Order: sequence, then structure tokens, then C-alpha cells
Amino acid sequence: MKQEEGKHKYGMVIDLDKCIGCGTCMVACASENNVSVRTDESDKERSIAWMQLFKITNGKPFPQTEVSYFPRPCMHCHNNTPCVSVCPASATHMDYHTGIVSQIYTRCIGCRYCQAACPYHARYFNWYDGYAFIQPFPKGLERQLSPEISVRMRGVVEKCSFCHHRLMRARTRAYAEGRRELEEHEYITACAEACPTQAITFGDLNNPKHKVARLSKSVYAFRLLEKLGTEPKVYYLSTRNWVRRMADNYRPDQLEPVGAVKT
Amino acid sequence: MDAALIPDGLKRTSPGKFFLWTLPWLGLLAWGGISAVLCLLLGLNQTNMSNIFAFALWIVFDLVVIALGAGAFFTGFLTYIIGKKELKDIINATVVIGFICYSGAVAMLGIDIGQPVRGWFIFWHANVHSMLTEVSFCITAYLAVLGIEYLPILLENRKLREVREFRIFGHNLHHIMAVFAATGVFLSFFHQGSLGGMFGVMYARPFAARWDFYIWPTTFFLFVFSAIAAGPCFTILCTKLTEAISRKKLVPDGTIQLLAKISGWLLAGYLVLKIIDTLGWVHGVVPGAGLTFMDFFREGPYGAWLLGLEIIICGIIPVIILITPQARQNHGLLILACLLNCTGIVLNRFNFIVVNLAIPVMPFARFWSYLPTWQEWGIALAVVGYGMLLFSASHRYLPLFPREKELNAAVSR
Repeated sequence: MKQEEGKHKYGMVIDLDKCIGCGTCMVACASENNVSVRTDESDKERSIAWMQLFKITNGKPFPQTEVSYFPRPCMHCHNNTPCVSVCPASATHMDYHTGIVSQIYTRCIGCRYCQAACPYHARYFNWYDGYAFIQPFPKGLERQLSPEISVRMRGVVEKCSFCHHRLMRARTRAYAEGRRELEEHEYITACAEACPTQAITFGDLNNPKHKVARLSKSVYAFRLLEKLGTEPKVYYLSTRNWVRRMADNYRPDQLEPVGAVKT
Repeated sequence: MDAALIPDGLKRTSPGKFFLWTLPWLGLLAWGGISAVLCLLLGLNQTNMSNIFAFALWIVFDLVVIALGAGAFFTGFLTYIIGKKELKDIINATVVIGFICYSGAVAMLGIDIGQPVRGWFIFWHANVHSMLTEVSFCITAYLAVLGIEYLPILLENRKLREVREFRIFGHNLHHIMAVFAATGVFLSFFHQGSLGGMFGVMYARPFAARWDFYIWPTTFFLFVFSAIAAGPCFTILCTKLTEAISRKKLVPDGTIQLLAKISGWLLAGYLVLKIIDTLGWVHGVVPGAGLTFMDFFREGPYGAWLLGLEIIICGIIPVIILITPQARQNHGLLILACLLNCTGIVLNRFNFIVVNLAIPVMPFARFWSYLPTWQEWGIALAVVGYGMLLFSASHRYLPLFPREKELNAAVSR
């Protein structure tokens, strides 16, 4: 049978000029994916946020101050995925049929080498007992949890899965209807669905009919830390030069980021 | 009380004094035991590790003890493969030190992983592309080899030797020890290298990333080299400490001098490669990631001084002392050089682990700080306590230093 390797490459484009930093994507993601929340979440080095919002400013004094936000899911790096090659127990994997980097919670031994290798801080370790072993189990919590997502145990690493269960759900429906291909709207992530300003677009980067494929080729499109060669499948859009500069490191002698920029 | 167990013709301190000596080390073990129970029962939230500092004190300790334990395989290599017969006077001690270092490191790793009961997944679901897989395989195998190498030393005990079967078994093991020494060299070479490779392959972390030479990043070779350069110095330090505490001469000066000389020249060779590698990295990998060398130290307490301290103070100075016969024959200078050499390797591992993780890669990510908790110190120091106890007991009950009787003949008479 002919391999369909690389047919789909799911990815995301986040328009930073539309993002208002409301954090709905973070909440929608945590709620959709049964991300455990503790009573005290003030220790930000240990809290889990598959979708993390970073606030940036242009560093200029008032009234020239500008603020923007970088919503950061897992980048699902396509090239030499830093976390996949280092995992000693094959607990993380990139599916070449979809481009999605997945984490097998029940195989993860919790060595955290993947966390050390990821420059985006997109991987989170369960420092505490999550929803799986919370004692006493809060009344009514089971109604909040999604049955499609396994809750994670203490001592394993977790990360954004591009709402992989939604892909499974969409595929199951399509197969039941006798289709092999998904429509663009059938599989989108929870963050993309929840964003009130529609800053997040999700789809198949390999399918030219998908909006995400067009947007990713925009002259305003860029990725985080592109120089490292990880080839993230999450693109950002911004017409603001200073925002684009914040996405990567530039030596003093390096030119401004290429592409049409509006200052 | 335990006179029957003490090797023939050797003088040891009274059981009471020995018991008092073990108390601080037992204390460290108890501290470590409580910490281990807390970490295993309540989880790694007992530490100050975080999503930023995924590797921390324990991994630094692990890498350091494994590097310092390299004296075992390298002295074995020099003794059995190269044929430096004078090193037979110290080989038993290096084996015990190696065994302590490796078993301590494996025990620490068992607590360091979030799911200790799944530790065997590394072997079952092995990812052959991961440097950590290779490290795990080789460390486990080498620990077994060290166990086999320790066994004949254990069977040298006066009481155990009385059993004929043990005596014959131990004697036969001695005969085939070269085979195990060779196996140990092979295994150690690869895991010392892979421990370095672990960081060199982090190509998305420009502070650690290095170029590949064939399939290995340059840190693979640098870690092997630095381990074999520091290992013998650690052996010298342990021997000198034992001599100072027991107030006896245990190893002939010639043997110590030979080890010091070898260590010095290896360190010199290592430093040349390290400096070339660092310059290549500063002018290759770092600008390739859009950074300058000083960009790494924009925030936090770490700085370029750490690298200077590692290469100049803890590298070049011990090289000068160790390769100059007059200098290394001076007892004080020899100890200083060994201490500096070992400190250098601690700094090197610290830089690749803690400093590497502390440096944010994304321009908008912030710097976080890290200080270990008492539980982390407890487990790390328990390895020291365990090492002290095992080495002291081995010295007391086993003929660890074959020339001890002869070197202290005047005193015994």
C-alpha cells in the first residue's frame, strides 16, 4: 500500500495584530484538554498552560509604548523536532501523516529531557497530582472533564496536541459518512474556535484551499526562532516591525527582518 | 570486635572510633532517606525544579560523579590494556570509587525521574536516536561490570578467603579481569560521550548546541576527554584523603606521580580541544542563532567569568602544575591541582546543565532563578555519605591498597 506520508500538515496562523491578549485561548485550551488546575496557581514556573500568552512591549516610554501578545501553543516543529529525538522512551512522536507532535502520557517516564531540549518552553511537567488522583475528588468535577482526553498522572510531561481528539472525532464522522477527506471547518483547535477576534486560524498547511496555507505565505508571516531550523507549524502575522523582531534573535550587524514591513 | 575481618597484618582503628567516624555519613544517608521517601511519596514538587529548570542539582551531581568515577575505567585501561603495572597499586581503590559513583548516580536517577516505576521503559521502548537511551544502557551495563570488578576485591576479605570456593572463584576472576576492564572501557567511553552528546544535540538551545562530527556532537568527545582527565585526579584526592585520615602511606609516590602526570597531559589535550570548540561555537553556532556570546548573560548571576574560571583557573593552572615534575612533587601543589581539576569538571557540567537551562532562548522569555531545596541537597549529599561509608568499610575490611603493609612496615615493627 502506498504511504500517504506528509499528505497533511496541520498548522496554525496567529495574527498578532488581531490578538487582544484576553487569554480566552488559554482558558478554552485548558478546559478542552483537562489541564489540571491547582487551588494556588501562583507558582508560574510550575503551572501548566498548553497555550501560553506572553506579553511584549516595544520598550519605548509613554506615549510611544506599544503592547502586543504572543500566544504560544506547541510549535509542532517539523524538522528534527527537538523533543522527539531526545526522548529515551519513545514517549513523544511526530506523525508524518498529520504533522502533529503527540505525547504518550502512559509511556513518559518523566525524565524531562524533552523540556530541556524545547526552546519554546511548550512542554509541561506534572509536578503535582493532577485530576487523576486529586483527593478528595471535588464534587461535580467529573462533569467538567472531557471524556475524550485522558487526565494525566503526576510525574509525566504534557503539551499541546493541536486538539488531536478533535481530529479523531472529525475523522470518525467523515468515515461514517463515507468520506476520506475532512472539510476545512471540521477540524479546528479549541483555541482557534474560542478566539473572540478570530486571530487564530487553523488548518492544513499542505492544502492550498485552506486559509491557513494562504496566510502562512503572507509577507507578514513569520515563525518563532526560525534561525534554529526547527520549522514550527505555528506561524504568526504582524505588520509591526518591532513585533516581528521579537520573534527571533538578531545580531547587531543583522538587517531588519525581511519582508514588507510597515513601521 | 571485628578484628577477625581486618586484613592480615594491617592496623585499623578501634571499632568504637570507626563507628563514630561513620556517624556523620549515616546522618547524611538518613537525610537522603527522608528526602527520597518524600520525593517518591509526594512527587518532585518537593524539589525546586520547574518547567524551566527541568534538569537541576541532581543531574549536575549525576554527571559530576560519573565523570569523577571515570578514574575506574581509565585506570583499568592503563593497567590492563596499556600495561602500566605500577597502577596495580591503586586499581582496587579506583574500582571501589567507580562503583560508588555509578551506583550512587543510578540511585539518584531513580528518584529524579517522575515515574520511577516506569524506568524500564527506556529499555523496552528504547528510542535509538536519544543520547539518554545510550547513557542508560551503558551506565546499567557498566555498573554490572563494576560489580563484577568489585567482587574479587570483596572476596579478598580474610573471612571470605577462608571459604575455598570463594578463594578459587576470586582468583579466577582476577585472571579474566582484563576482559572486564576492556568491556568497561568500551561502555564508559560511550556513555561518558553520550552524556556530553545529550547537551550537544540540543540544537534548539544555542548555549549547548554544537556541530556534529559524523553522528556525534563535539561535546561527545569533550566529555570523554574531560572525564578521563579529571577521574585520575579524583582518585588521587580520595587516596590522599584516606592517607591523611588513617595516617598511613597507602600508595607509593611513583604511582601517584604517574597518575598525576597522565591526568595533566590529558587535561592539556582536553583544554586545547575545549578552547578550539569554544571559539568555533562563539563564531559559528552562536551567531548562527542570531546571538552574540554576551547575549547569553544579559540577566542573572551567570556570566562569561564562569567559562574563564573553568578554562583558565580550573584548567590551565592545574595543567601547569601536573605536567611540571617539580610542581607536582610538591604535596600541597599536587592536591591544589587535583582540586582545581575536579572543580573544573563540576563547573563544566554545571554550565551545560543549569546555566544552559537558565538562559532563555525566546527574546521575550524571562530569566528564572533556581535554588535547590533541602530535599534535593539531601539526596545529592546522601551519595557522598554512601560513598564515604562504602569506601571506609572497604578500606577497613579489604586489602584495598596492596602495598599498604610494605609501605608501613617500619611503623608496624
